[in-house]
Amino acid sequence: MTMSGMYVSPEQLMQDRADYARKGVARGRSLAAVEYQGGVALVAENASSTLRKVSEIYDRIAFGGVGRYNEFDQLRIAGVRYAELKGYQYSRDDVDARSLANQYAQMLGQIFTHEMKPMEVEIVVAEIGREGGAELYRIQYDGTVVDEQNWCCIGGDSEAVLGRLSDGWSADFDRDGAVRLAVESLAGPDRSMSAEDLEVAVLDNGNGRRCFGRLDDDQTSSLLAG
Amino acid sequence: MPFFVPGEDPGTDFLNLLRQTGHEPFPADLPGVIDAGHATTVLAVRCAGGVVVAGDRRATAGHLISHRDMQKVFPADEYSAVAIAGAAGPAIQMVRVFQLQLEYYEKIEGKPLTLEGKANQLAEMLRGNLPQAMQGLVVVPIFAGFDLSLGLGRLFQFDITGGRYEEQDFATSGSGSLHAGTVVKLGYEPDLSIENALALAVKALWHAADEDSATGGPDPVRGIYPILAVITEEGFRQLTDDESGQVFAELRAELGRGETRS
Repeated sequence: MTMSGMYVSPEQLMQDRADYARKGVARGRSLAAVEYQGGVALVAENASSTLRKVSEIYDRIAFGGVGRYNEFDQLRIAGVRYAELKGYQYSRDDVDARSLANQYAQMLGQIFTHEMKPMEVEIVVAEIGREGGAELYRIQYDGTVVDEQNWCCIGGDSEAVLGRLSDGWSADFDRDGAVRLAVESLAGPDRSMSAEDLEVAVLDNGNGRRCFGRLDDDQTSSLLAG
Repeated sequence: MPFFVPGEDPGTDFLNLLRQTGHEPFPADLPGVIDAGHATTVLAVRCAGGVVVAGDRRATAGHLISHRDMQKVFPADEYSAVAIAGAAGPAIQMVRVFQLQLEYYEKIEGKPLTLEGKANQLAEMLRGNLPQAMQGLVVVPIFAGFDLSLGLGRLFQFDITGGRYEEQDFATSGSGSLHAGTVVKLGYEPDLSIENALALAVKALWHAADEDSATGGPDPVRGIYPILAVITEEGFRQLTDDESGQVFAELRAELGRGETRS
């Protein structure tokens, strides 16, 4: 009896895993991050008001995830732990998004090649600087890290959303402008979205030490109406 | 990056996370006994719409004054404060871990602990510190905060074994607590206004400093005044040195001495 039927080439194996992960991510709804003067807005299409896609990691760092909820939530918690331990061991100012993004990349890369199945997720790590400016890192299921500028989008429909973001973005945006662009970009020309369909959060220099803050449905509604 | 298998996951407990990653925050089994003293006065007074927390600024090492501007009242989170008496090193470490625990819980769970839950967490940390306390490194905090679900200020006293006692009116701790407690007791009324509660706290601290060598009084020469904090529905707010100085100026006028006699 030969084992030839069991052979799968490494190329094929990686391709299958990547296809599997990509399909999982593509099923999820998208999330957009948009930089503005003094902050970053993170907006996700999310009908649930309790199972979050956007969360606080540390004083100036936020997390957004799409795909399989239990998997990106696991990553979120690992990120909070990593940041808190680093801040405890050194100082709060030593915690930064770049090293967190690298940690996520290591972990996702490791899982992609060594575990039974890759994580069906795509995540974004955002950090705002004290003097303005933002860092946005997009990390894929296989550990690929992309350093994004000014805006980024993760999730199923990201290419169309990215086109709309790049058409609409302006360096003069304030918070409301950034949230509106994110919502319009996620919705596209044929849909309109209400506050109930959205999860809106910001990292904003005006929020004190903990820059992360959420907008509730009322705040989002009046923002979108205004 | 810390990653745990389900059975070993430290969950929402930051202390557990520290221990599992090799950062024991409260080392036990130290050789010998240290007499680290108990020198301080901190207190909390309940008032209408919240609670006032106050503490002197003096740190001592034996008969020496080692610090004139110590902070003994800390925000624990947005709606609560912890005031410490006891050995400074372990006390400050406990406050730090406590602050981190509350924020860590809030981030992991997506909502903050209840006030009761926070008080229990602090009690748990004190229980963890018992071996150190037995060796002289005693920490005796007061915990106070605004209970958002009940809409009122609440305060808790503790002992070194982690016993947690909720007080209705006021709580004091430290070497000057007897004197401060008597002053607060005599001046206390239910539903004091915030201003009157601050004035009472300042008066109590002044009398404690007057009788207890390890409690520092106001220091107008350096502009160092006891720390005063108010916690209400709007959250924790620490008064500025100018504001605290103003409350002391009013006390001085009330005492009717113009200048303090030596």
